[in-house]
Order: sequence, then C-alpha cells, then structure tokens
Amino acid sequence: MVGLMIGAVIVALLPLFFILFDLVVQGAGSLSVAFFTRTPAPAGETGGGVVHAIVGTLLIVGVACVIGLPIGIAAGIYCAEYPTSRLTWTTRFVADVLNGTPSIVVGVFAWAWIVARQKHFSALAGSAALALLMIPMVLRTTEEMIKLVPNSLREAALALGYPRWRTSLAIVVRTTLPGIVTGSLLAVARIAGETAPLLFTALGSQYLSFNLNQPMAALPLTVFTYATGPYEEWHRNAWAAALVLILVVLILSVGARLAIRRRFELDG
Amino acid sequence: MATATRAEAPPPPRSAAGPPPLERTSHGDRVFKLILTLGAAAIPVLLAFLVVELWTGARLAVAKFGLGFVTSSVWDPVAEQFGAFPLIFGTLISSVIALLIAVPLSLGVAIYLTEFAPKALRQPVAFLIGLLAAIPSVVYGLWGIFVLIPILRKSVFPLLRDGLGFLPFFQGPIYGPSMLAAGVILAIMVMPYIMSVSREVLLAVPNTQREASLALGATRWEAVITTVVPYARSGIFGAVILGLGRALGETMAVTMLIGNRHEVAASLFAPGYTMAAAIANEFSEAVGDMHLSALAYVAFLLFAVTVLVNAGARLLIWRVARGSGAGSNAL
Repeated sequence: MVGLMIGAVIVALLPLFFILFDLVVQGAGSLSVAFFTRTPAPAGETGGGVVHAIVGTLLIVGVACVIGLPIGIAAGIYCAEYPTSRLTWTTRFVADVLNGTPSIVVGVFAWAWIVARQKHFSALAGSAALALLMIPMVLRTTEEMIKLVPNSLREAALALGYPRWRTSLAIVVRTTLPGIVTGSLLAVARIAGETAPLLFTALGSQYLSFNLNQPMAALPLTVFTYATGPYEEWHRNAWAAALVLILVVLILSVGARLAIRRRFELDG
Repeated sequence: MATATRAEAPPPPRSAAGPPPLERTSHGDRVFKLILTLGAAAIPVLLAFLVVELWTGARLAVAKFGLGFVTSSVWDPVAEQFGAFPLIFGTLISSVIALLIAVPLSLGVAIYLTEFAPKALRQPVAFLIGLLAAIPSVVYGLWGIFVLIPILRKSVFPLLRDGLGFLPFFQGPIYGPSMLAAGVILAIMVMPYIMSVSREVLLAVPNTQREASLALGATRWEAVITTVVPYARSGIFGAVILGLGRALGETMAVTMLIGNRHEVAASLFAPGYTMAAAIANEFSEAVGDMHLSALAYVAFLLFAVTVLVNAGARLLIWRVARGSGAGSNAL
C-alpha cells in the first residue's frame, strides 16, 4: 500500500514537471528583445511581440489592486479587530461564498454592471472583476495575520494611552505589514493569470493602449487567443507568452509563500 | 484592560449601568471604525449586487423558458430557443471524471504525506503539489491542446477503446478534444485543492487516536485505515466536495479542451460543452438579447450550484476541524 501511495505522489508531481518543462522548451526559443518591445505583427506574418499584453496586464492588475486592496485589507482588519460583531460573521461568510464563485460568473457580473451600461468593453470592467476576485483572498490573509499579533502588544499600547485606532494602525497593522504585503502578493499572483473574467470585459486588443476606458490586451487573453488560433507563429507566441506569465505568477506566489512560512516559523 | 479583551473572542461583560468602557471612544476611533466598517460592509453589498445583476440579466430567459430551460436540449440562437441540458450534463460528467481520477490520487498523497512519508519530504512535496494550484487555467489549456491531447489521442484513447470498447463510454471516433480530455485536465487542476484540504483534515486528527489504535496492536497501515481515516471521514468528504466546486466552475482549460459542441453523447471521446465554457465562448459575440439572457441564466444556475456545493463542503470540513482551526486555514 505504501508503494502505491508513493506511486500516487509521483503521478501527482508529473504534470507539474511536464508543464514547466514544455513551457521552457517550447517558449524559451521565442523570447527575444522584440518579443518584449514590439506589438503583434499582422496575422500570419512572423516577428512581433506582446508588449501590448504585458502593459495591459500591468495596468488592469494595477487598477484591480487600487480597488481591491483597500477594501480587502480594511475588511480583514475589521474581522480581526471586531470578531464578535455580526457584520464580521456576515462578511466572512460572504467572502467564503465569493471565494468559491467561478471567475467566469464574476466576469458576467462585471459585464452586466459596467459593460452593458457603458455599451462598450473596457479595461476598467476587467479590473473591477479582478478586484472582486482578490478581495476575499486579501481579507482572509489579512485577518489571519492580524490574529497572530499577541494581545499583550495591544494592551501595552493601550496602557500607554494610545487610542484604539492608533493602536490598530501603528502597532497591530504595523507589526503584520510584511504578512499583509505577502498576502496581497499571493492574491495578485492569482488574479494576474485569470482569463475568464477578462473575456468579455477587457476583451483584448492587438494594439498598445493605455486607455482604461477602452478594450485592452492582457497576457492570459493573448495566450488564449494565440493558442486557439490557426497560425504556427501564434502558437509559438502563445508558448512564449505563457512562459512569461507563469514566471511572473510563480515568482510572486513562491516568494510570498516562502515569506509567509518564514513568518509563521518565527512566530511559532 | 477591558478595551483590550474586547478584541478577543469571548463577548465582553457588560455592566448594567452606563455605557461599557469601550463605548467611551475618541473621535479618531469612530472615524477609524467607520472606515473599517465600510470596507467590511462593501463585501456583502457587492455579493447582493452580483446576485441582483445576474438575476436581472437572466430575467428575459427565465420568463420565456422557466425551469424547462434545465431539461431542454435545443440551443438555437437564430430561432432564440435555448435549453441548457447539454451544458449541465457536460459540466457534471467532466467534473465526475475529474473526481474519479483526482480523489484516489490526492487521498493517496495526503495519507502518505501525513502518516508515512519521511519528515524531510512532507513539506517540500506538499509545496510542489501546491504549485499546481498556482498555474493559471489558460496555461493548463495551452498545455492540454498541444501536449496532453496528442498523447491521449495517440496512445491512451485507442488503448481504452481496445480494452473497454464494450462500454458505451469508450466507443466511437476519436477526435482529440473531448469530454475525457477535459476531465483529465480538470483532475490535474483540482488535485492540489483536494490534497491540501484533506491533508489539513488528517493533520487535525488527534494523535491519541493513532496511539490508541497502535497500542491495541494495529500496524501503522491498519491504524490509518481503521482509525485515522474514519475519524477524518466527513472532512475528507468535504475536501472532495470542495474539489467538485472548483471543477464545476473551471472555465478556460475546459473551454480549450472539451470541443465545445451542444450535444449529449454517451461516448467520452465525443466533444461536449460545459456551462462555464458556453459563457466564455458565446458571451462576447452573442447575437441578441435573448441569447445574452440565456447565457446569464446559465451563469446564475452555475453560481447557485457552486454556492450550494461550497457551503456543504465548508460545513463538513468545519465539523471535523472545529477547535483545531486547521480546517479554516486549509480553505
């Protein structure tokens, strides 16, 4: 039986190595300076790059952070600082529901909310969808991190005459800031790879654009379009774009995970 | 002191006369609490908004098709006739295939990692499998199209047809993009979730249970099978249901591998469709209000199902992990 279980471990690990291996083998060859600095060549021609998608992902994710992080962090602090409040219970429960909601459904919501009203696709709608996806994740890590702060620290600050809000901000949040930052990075890593909520919000585009009120390209969308398209050149670029995407996502999430683990070990 | 204890779990003792000490707050406190409350209240408000928007979007289709939408198989955007049965069927079948493959694997890994593996191996292996959860869905799709499907089409599918061809599931022409291919990629994608939650649940089983079983003369394997796993049973079940919730809503990889055809076929080699995939493919190019509304109806159904499935899973996990806190960390 133990042999069987070791077999299961090997089978479970195979896809990871296969995927990473194939990405490097198929994608690394197409990485060049042009790939990072040029917009796409006309369909069917060789050359061209994905700078439009890289810029698009940075902008869309950046705006999502501006919307999502303050709400997620404020809600996380609230849940940790007022654990007996009824709102805390509701918020936690709703965050769990949102966490399990398929990202495509959140995309439909953002479409109905923003795109359908404005009557045109926009990067902003994509950012709103991604923000809604990141809020529950940020809330949970923030809350867990704040709960690790020993109560004696709060008591010390209060005993010195600090009002509650300064205790919360200058003592509690300050101590957990690295934890909150790494938690936010994890959430960013997760939404940076999301495709489904962007399909009919940011839509994608072939041009370099900085206008948040217009359709915009994003790396995951580019991977999808190129992978399902008919041209060899597109397929090569899809692999290369996927390699870039996975490098960003893995660096963010592995870094954040290692940092969180180190914190837990220090505290425990 | 009283202000500080308020921040911890037990409700504060309230004196009968006068406001409790905490109510005597400064101006800054009130502003600060107001900001936090706005943040916390925004989340339920957003969810309510989401439900309302989905329902409003689906209203046209709900009024026209009612509950018959779920059982009808027609999908004709030109004639504005819509039925979601093939989508629901495809969603269920692909998720079931995924669970059939992923559950034995992830339970094997979870049991091995908590009970048998050398200490030095536990964390790194769990970490590596956790990385699978970080890979974006669209990358799975890309890999599925160009690597997994050729492998399945050339070697695995013919093998299945030769060996199990007497079953209706393994008959018919082999295209490549198919229900089975989508199930396999889903299995890889949900495995890390089932593995990590059942691992947390197994870790939450008290050591005294293991010791008692071993003291009665059980071998390590017997202790695991007769004591540890039954103790964690409902939590493991919860982990599986949680995996189901993920599989039901997974979009991109499935869209790229399932073949996208509004059909109900017995053969797993045949292309199919899922609810999420239909929304992903058709929403941005829907031809009319009714088409859009039908897709919103599908989104609403998908949302309702995943909420139910996730709530069930959380309830089960919470029952086992109550007190240890492990279950909540796992989610």
